[in-house]
Amino acid sequence: MGSKKKEDLLNDPDFLELVSKKNTISWILTVLELVLYFGFIALIAFNKPFLAQKLAADTKTTIGIPIAVGTILGSWVLTGIYIFWANTKYDSMVKKLKDKIGG
Amino acid sequence: MHTTTIGTLNITSVLFFVLFVISTLSITYWAAKRTRTTKDFYAAGRSVTGLQNGLALAGDYMSAASFLGIAGLVSTRGYDGLIYSVGWLVGWPIIMFLISEPLRNLGKYTFADVVAFRLSQRPIRAAAAAGSLAVVIFYLIAQMVGAGTLFRLMFNLPFEVAVVLVGVLMVSYVLFGGMIATTWVQIIKAVLLLGGATLLVFLVLNRVDFSYGKLFGMAAEKYGDKFLEPGQLVTDPVDAFSLGLALMFGTAGLPHILMRFYTVPDVQAARKSVFFATGFIGYFYILTVTIGFGAAVLIGADSGKLGRDIIMSIDKGGNMAGPLLAEALGGSVFLGFLAAVAFATILAVVAGLTLAGASALSHDLYVGVIRRGQSAEKEEVKVAKIATVGLGLTAMLLAMAFKGQNVAFMVGLAFAIAASANFPALILSLMWKKFSTQAAVWSIYIGMISAVAFIVMSPTVWVDIIHKADKDAITKQIAEIDGKVKTVDAEIEALTKQILPADAIAAIKKKKDQAAAVQKNTQTQASIDGKKKDKDALAAQKKDAGAKMPVAPIKYRNPGIFSMGLAFAIGILFSFIFPEKDAEEKFATEKLREYVGIGAE
Repeated sequence: MGSKKKEDLLNDPDFLELVSKKNTISWILTVLELVLYFGFIALIAFNKPFLAQKLAADTKTTIGIPIAVGTILGSWVLTGIYIFWANTKYDSMVKKLKDKIGG
Repeated sequence: MHTTTIGTLNITSVLFFVLFVISTLSITYWAAKRTRTTKDFYAAGRSVTGLQNGLALAGDYMSAASFLGIAGLVSTRGYDGLIYSVGWLVGWPIIMFLISEPLRNLGKYTFADVVAFRLSQRPIRAAAAAGSLAVVIFYLIAQMVGAGTLFRLMFNLPFEVAVVLVGVLMVSYVLFGGMIATTWVQIIKAVLLLGGATLLVFLVLNRVDFSYGKLFGMAAEKYGDKFLEPGQLVTDPVDAFSLGLALMFGTAGLPHILMRFYTVPDVQAARKSVFFATGFIGYFYILTVTIGFGAAVLIGADSGKLGRDIIMSIDKGGNMAGPLLAEALGGSVFLGFLAAVAFATILAVVAGLTLAGASALSHDLYVGVIRRGQSAEKEEVKVAKIATVGLGLTAMLLAMAFKGQNVAFMVGLAFAIAASANFPALILSLMWKKFSTQAAVWSIYIGMISAVAFIVMSPTVWVDIIHKADKDAITKQIAEIDGKVKTVDAEIEALTKQILPADAIAAIKKKKDQAAAVQKNTQTQASIDGKKKDKDALAAQKKDAGAKMPVAPIKYRNPGIFSMGLAFAIGILFSFIFPEKDAEEKFATEKLREYVGIGAE
């Protein structure tokens, strides 16, 4: 149990680190999601023939189908990465800070 | 002729539907006894688990429009439908990374709690309530009109009966059971919808030896390779990006979705619920796309008719692709089950919307603005309940007023408002120290007004709805001119054939006959020239008619990018013009609660 006051935390290096880490992770993942989705939209807008290619010689399935499904799955995987980071790193950093003010 | 029981009252579906209504009303009765405080009414006592909230979020978000509409779009337009489905998922990671945890730590019941955290309460709450209500009303009208149309199509039930049935049930859930009942309606609906769609996909895959390759092969065989390639849906890049932005950031600004993060006990549960919700919703869209391709390939497979033609003969928009497929693969019992699920789907979405609208009216507008934050628990719950009934009646009346109208654009409009009015203010208040009250208020109002104005000025409303009569008349006129041109062309061709070639004339023995032939040729040529002049005149007429075609002031069908950009620009600019020292100082305390959760409700 710590003895610090709530206000003292504002300049605590641990708090500043927590804020900067959380923001970094959040924005990196947000940018990745934007690149993933708008990359897909850009392909549709500017390079339809790329998406229209067949996956293999003996199939009708186009490369666009796994790319679209991949965008859906990729979005979910990104949320999984975030939750893994938050559960393992973020929560323990928060706990450490809360301990400092005794609650 | 393809025989279907769609359009007649199906006994199985009535049974399933009655079962759903009885069980949800029983839950509402049970929930009513547990709904006393505002925390119970708005936030289910913050006792919902991460998994439960994940299912409820999915239940709140997966509408009948996406279930029936996207399957229909895929079955009629192939790959283009798949493109559309992706856009509906990509807002969820944004909610996870930027919104859900700060919202949970900073707010109490509505997203306005967060925007108003360090700014002036009254103006912010009034603006945020307006933004929320605009989204809720447009979304509700689209859902209710959709319900009325859907059930006339499926069971030949009168439009008004369906609207009243949906309205009365949604008000009952919210009025008596508050967020607890609404949450369980959404959970049950999500389980039914995911289960029903999974079963349907299993039946589809069973027919194609569990090979997607074979399914796509059959689709290409029936509709050509183009069916599996991007086509005409996305032509203008600006339009495509704009639609994508509105879907992505609109999802992160929907009041009924944001509200759900207050139902869980802590941030851990909040983030867990987004992870589950994203998984369920992504899985659901993959199922829906499979159902679409399955419908295109398997409906009418026995009769040799094209699935697409059968689907479009029943509903031009393709909305019956899923139900028709269910009937083809699982008989009328399965069709009945799926129809009941579609009804449950609409009910869960409208219940969530009504609750979000009621909390904007009571928590933000009544308590926050009129009573200046001073109101007893009991009074606030009472006002929220009155708001629920009022909103329910308004929604029913508006649905009747819009009967038979094209309201599909209203869902897009709801997303555009959410992305332009709610999202910029929310994200700027969370991330930016200098964000001020004036900036937030103007950003919300201008975002909302411009989202509505730009859509009205876009071809979606300007040409297709407001000037529909002109557009249809001119389209008809042009078609008539085209028909006349065809006739003239045929006449010219026939006349051209009558002209004797020079060698044939030379071969004519008698001089007199030869002269007559030459003269006849000259006459024919003259009438051909006359016809050609007629054709030129027709072309000029067509050009004149085309020039009269109504043109929208904005050429993009999805102008969300402009209203959202405007809202952000105002939010940033006005923060510099009207700075707020007090709010800047409070940012540090806000951060402590936002990141560490100290003082969170």
